[in-house]
Amino acid sequence: MAMEDVTGRPPPKSQMRASPVVWARRNLFSSVGNTVLTLACLYLLWLAVPPVLDFTIFSAVWSGTTRDACLGPDKGACWPFIRANIGQFVYGRYPADEIWRVNVVFGLGAVALVPALIPSAPAKRFNLIFLLVIYPLIALVLLAGDRPGLRPVPTSEWGGLLVTLVVALTGIVVSLPLGIVLALGRRSSMPAIRMLSVIFIEFWRGVPLITVLFMASVMLPLFLPEGMSPDNLLRCLVGVALFSSAYMAEVVRGGLQAIPAGQYEAARALGLSYWRTMGLVVLPQALRHVIPGIVNTFIGLFKDTTLVLIVGIFDLLGQVRAQLSDPSWTVPQGALTAYIFAALVYWVFCFGMSQYSNFMERRLNTARER
Amino acid sequence: MKNPLVALIAGILIGAGGLYFFLPYDPLTLGGGAAQVSSGAAGDGAERASAGETLRRVRNRGFVQCGVSQGLPGFSSPDERGNWSGIDVDFCRALAAAIFGDPAKVRFRPLSAKDRFTALQSGEIDILSRNTTWTMSRDTQLGFDFIGVTYYDGQSFMVRKAAGIKSARDLAGGTICTETGTTTELNLADYFRSRGLSYKVLSFEKNEEALVAYDRGRCDAYTTDASGLYAQRLKLTDADANMVLDDVISKEPLGPAVRQGDPQWEDIARWTLNALLNAEELGITSDNVDEMLESGNPRVRRLLGREGAYGEAVGLRPDWAAYAIRAVGNYGQMFERNVGTETPLGIKRGLNALWSDGGVQYAPPVR
Repeated sequence: MAMEDVTGRPPPKSQMRASPVVWARRNLFSSVGNTVLTLACLYLLWLAVPPVLDFTIFSAVWSGTTRDACLGPDKGACWPFIRANIGQFVYGRYPADEIWRVNVVFGLGAVALVPALIPSAPAKRFNLIFLLVIYPLIALVLLAGDRPGLRPVPTSEWGGLLVTLVVALTGIVVSLPLGIVLALGRRSSMPAIRMLSVIFIEFWRGVPLITVLFMASVMLPLFLPEGMSPDNLLRCLVGVALFSSAYMAEVVRGGLQAIPAGQYEAARALGLSYWRTMGLVVLPQALRHVIPGIVNTFIGLFKDTTLVLIVGIFDLLGQVRAQLSDPSWTVPQGALTAYIFAALVYWVFCFGMSQYSNFMERRLNTARER
Repeated sequence: MKNPLVALIAGILIGAGGLYFFLPYDPLTLGGGAAQVSSGAAGDGAERASAGETLRRVRNRGFVQCGVSQGLPGFSSPDERGNWSGIDVDFCRALAAAIFGDPAKVRFRPLSAKDRFTALQSGEIDILSRNTTWTMSRDTQLGFDFIGVTYYDGQSFMVRKAAGIKSARDLAGGTICTETGTTTELNLADYFRSRGLSYKVLSFEKNEEALVAYDRGRCDAYTTDASGLYAQRLKLTDADANMVLDDVISKEPLGPAVRQGDPQWEDIARWTLNALLNAEELGITSDNVDEMLESGNPRVRRLLGREGAYGEAVGLRPDWAAYAIRAVGNYGQMFERNVGTETPLGIKRGLNALWSDGGVQYAPPVR
């Protein structure tokens, strides 16, 4: 074994790692200001973390089947309440003997989604077509059940996480393509298309989502003849989808504007048509620029779905609140427990989305990483 | 010059469109009824059909669409398996049983306080059974009719037992926690000012905050409607150390409402409630209703459809009331099962006792 000449190379990583004391001295206590800030932060953590851990874990009630288990002084979170109601939180009031349909939809979605998210998985094209076109149709038929052999389940009986996912995924799946079309429309050279896109975007961006939902749920039935109003959930789905596509359009437009004019001109010079220019040259670059913005919109949309609560649709949060009113489970710490649980579920989904977008960004941006 | 012109034309078009959508609605429903009457000049058969429209629609649909709250303990709340329970819910079950003979033929539509009235006006629900206070303006201006009172509620106070407060008057000079922007504050002011008593109010944006403030001892009393107080009491760290005063300082009669303009449907709903009240008065329960069918008491026989044709008069079967009682019990059973002293809420009958027991629940007789 020949000796390597290592002069001029940085030391191996394992030797670069400083001991914790050195690291702390270098990073946390390097100056008076830093020391004060560090101590203040530690104090805040000490104030906040132990009570939270104590409430959620150490003095929490973990077992029991009735509210009596959670009563008493110094009892923390009432987890039996969550366990007893978990079915309600996930499925809402979906009929108990039809829950397999929801499970099939969830399972099928997971099976189709996972390979779609893994870049190296095979049959990407088929997978995406299945996920974006065939799967929603299957899900619709299975959930609503207006086909022979299936018992119809009106959307007023859907609830919980099911509704949250239906609203959020519909919004996400519809808003991206619609947003791209609108963004292209807004930058189009044809005045009519440009004006329509601008009007659409500015209208939907100019009204609060709550107004949209209220109009859809409260005003629309008054305009329509008695007993002829479309399904309440459907009205909200359309409202949410149109609303989020307006936001998506502006995000995508930001990406389009970052593409230098030379790219368009080069594509044109190669004889590419408008759609091929956009599809092959401009959009792949533009969308890559705005992945953080797109995911930001998705995450915002996911959390905004809780607003359907005000029009009487029980999403996860609505269901959690409804179960709180069950007198056989009303306990002093019930509301806090339930909200912690709901926050955790939302966090898991939003954090998942954000981590996946980070992964995609790193993968797509390897060439330009700085 | 061009742009303002375009805007003007667009404005006119949108305005006209809005008018087109807005205006015809009310005239249409009112005029619709009138048209029915005039075209039905041949006989009153046509008129009766239009009056019985709700029942016909409910029968065709196969279930009653009932608007309830999004969760109010004891009135309408879903349990772990998603079954609704509560007084408001049971009333709808009784109605379904009276119509179909099956209390399960009802679907509940949870409504927020804001969209409850529209849902009834637009026909999305057949009956609004959602702890709604019967007031003159709601009865006369919104196009509904209230059919009775399922629960006599009223604003009251929760105090600590140790404080030795026995009535609302003892609260003079004390601090009272409440929610802002509701009539509770107004009622409070009316009550204390009219008696020349001083008080301090501590109001909060949400009732949860007000309750926490009370629990931590920042105020001597917490005020809201009595039914709400009993429910909120369960959220206190030591529920048993607190009590709800018997004093009630406002009238909040809660009752179901139906759309105006269909007297038959209104009668069905009203008499279903009356039947439950009369059943309690006559000692008919869900357990003994089948034996009571053989009773010799003419009042019982009329209520249960053994004599007379009271059910047919509103388009129902003769023994409609027996089905309603079998489904949910009489009013007293309904009360005790959902909010009574054996439930966590532990509400005493009080005003909601029958008139013969010192309350104000009084139903006209079936005769």
